[in-house]
Amino acid sequence: MEKFITHDGIAVPLARTNVNTDDIIPARFLKSVRRTGFGISLFANWRYLEDGSTPDPNFVLNQPGYEDASILVAGENFGCGSSREHAPWALREYGFRCIIAPGFADIFHNNCFNSSILPIVLASSEVDALLGSLEPGASTLHIDLPEQSVTTGDGSTFRFEIDPFKKNSVMEGLDNIGWSLSHKDEILAYEKRRRQEVPWLFP
Amino acid sequence: MPRTMFEKIWDAHVVRDEPGEVPMLYIDRHLTHEATSPQAFAGLRARKLPVHRPDSVVAVIDHNVPTVPGRRLIDVVDDQSVMCIETMEENARDFGVKLLDMNDADQGIVHVVGPELGLSLPGMTVVCGDSHTSTHGALGIFAVGIGTSEVEHVLATQCLLQQKPRTMNIVVDGVLAPGVTAKDIALAVIRKLGTDVGTHHVIEFSGSAVRSLTIEGRMTLCNMAIEAGARAGMVAPDDVTIEYVRGRRFAPSGELFELAAAQWKQLASDPGARFDAEHHLDVGELVPQVTWGTNPGMVADVTGTVPDPAAESDPATRAGLEQALEYMGLEPGQRIQDVGVDTVFIGSCTNSRLEDLRIAAGFAAGKRVAEGVRAIVVPGSMNVRRQAEEEGLADIFREAGFEWREAGCSMCIAMNGDRLAPGERCASTSNRNFEGRQGRGGRTHLVSPGTAAATAVAGRFADVRDL
Repeated sequence: MEKFITHDGIAVPLARTNVNTDDIIPARFLKSVRRTGFGISLFANWRYLEDGSTPDPNFVLNQPGYEDASILVAGENFGCGSSREHAPWALREYGFRCIIAPGFADIFHNNCFNSSILPIVLASSEVDALLGSLEPGASTLHIDLPEQSVTTGDGSTFRFEIDPFKKNSVMEGLDNIGWSLSHKDEILAYEKRRRQEVPWLFP
Repeated sequence: MPRTMFEKIWDAHVVRDEPGEVPMLYIDRHLTHEATSPQAFAGLRARKLPVHRPDSVVAVIDHNVPTVPGRRLIDVVDDQSVMCIETMEENARDFGVKLLDMNDADQGIVHVVGPELGLSLPGMTVVCGDSHTSTHGALGIFAVGIGTSEVEHVLATQCLLQQKPRTMNIVVDGVLAPGVTAKDIALAVIRKLGTDVGTHHVIEFSGSAVRSLTIEGRMTLCNMAIEAGARAGMVAPDDVTIEYVRGRRFAPSGELFELAAAQWKQLASDPGARFDAEHHLDVGELVPQVTWGTNPGMVADVTGTVPDPAAESDPATRAGLEQALEYMGLEPGQRIQDVGVDTVFIGSCTNSRLEDLRIAAGFAAGKRVAEGVRAIVVPGSMNVRRQAEEEGLADIFREAGFEWREAGCSMCIAMNGDRLAPGERCASTSNRNFEGRQGRGGRTHLVSPGTAAATAVAGRFADVRDL
């Protein structure tokens, strides 16, 4: 896993609420059995015109100055809908390392941590302030995970909360499966006990 | 200390819960399908790990399958879908996992098949790499959708790292009017409380209206809990639940069943158990519901009209409404029953069970699908399909001009050849009316199976209570 400690990047505003994972990557692009190749289909229905390949100049990612954006700032309930991890894979492959929103859907939020993207929750008023201030190419944000802060170009700082276990995992680039397997004796002991209590679950 | 149903199930499944860590929860049943599992199995191969408990895993092929009658591999929509299907077959074989492939007599949508075969049992924890896993909660199960990395985690360890969700009780009381169903309750709940009311919560649905639903109706309600943002939806097991489970293929039998049933009856939330949040809804006056916009909270009465963004004072909300109306090709103030449809889709893990097809057939019997309307019925499983044929439902649909299909996710997700063309308008019994969900540019209106069938006949949204 990629480590995340600090990050400086251009932030792009996506001033919509309820951006769902079908918006982030439509289902027709989910058919790869690999973890890569999804970046080109990120926001496909918004990013391209009807022909599916010509960039739509009205979509914010296609506007000059945002070419190298790596931080997405969005509205309430980001990532709702389908559980597809292809959505954070597509965001990461496109170049996003961090998403800031007033709230995320639960499955998407978990998927981000497993896909090397840091989801940051800020208050609605703070996200509104950020959305209003972002200028193409000019708005660099500084994310500091140890300090749990987002700092704007003009020096305003916003603090955010994050689960300490997840924070540590992301900073160390730790792998959940390895961690859980290190507790295998506890899993086996649990199974042994449950076989007695609920035998119908262990046919 | 009185506990909620969710807390009882949670407590029984905690393997490890140390301060400063995310709790480790044991998973009893892992359902999987071809669209979100290939990278997880590839991860196991890369780590040289086996599946920890292959007997707990059941794989289904549902998202990519064609639904044309008599389907074969050659009917699969493209080479990439073929690759997904073949990869699932190979992974099931290599890792010793039971597979219901495209030609299996028990094939179907994962969330229809699980309860139908007794693979999902009360008191279990169930996961699947699919958000609508919440469906299984109708049996009194903590059932959660997970991402592909988590699918790999559960395959390798039988556990999920999961922050304990908060609890929410949604109490639904009242007697439903004839023709008003669980789908209308689900839409009314999301209309009233919003698409993110359930975020970080498990919703228990309780109250007299919920108790009066069949298990199939409760599944529809729990299925849509994810559209309210919930981690999971649940209904406490009662005698209806126990009779539903009895005799199913993978359910316990004989003395073991009686032992299990006695435990299942203890699962209901204790009197006095505290929930973190509570909401009440009375459905005595509820009328059939139709979505007009691009999320499942944008809902109107079938007797109502499309809202006017000008009446909205908050600029962000107003912009959202305008955007939705533009995408949907609707005018403010337009009567819902004046809106004509091109397509009707009856199917999906929300509404493709036998009860749904019986209701829909009731409105199709002896009628004809309106001129110019394409109407398809896609049973949720091959078992549902067979039963519907035995009962004569398939004949009713065919004679009325509906297409009668093989089982699969079909037009709910548009990965499999069944999809809307740009601008096409659809009355759909599925769960998501997001932009492009049923095909790029497609316009989806979520409705109940009865409303869908009546709409197919009328050619525009119809009020089942008039029929």
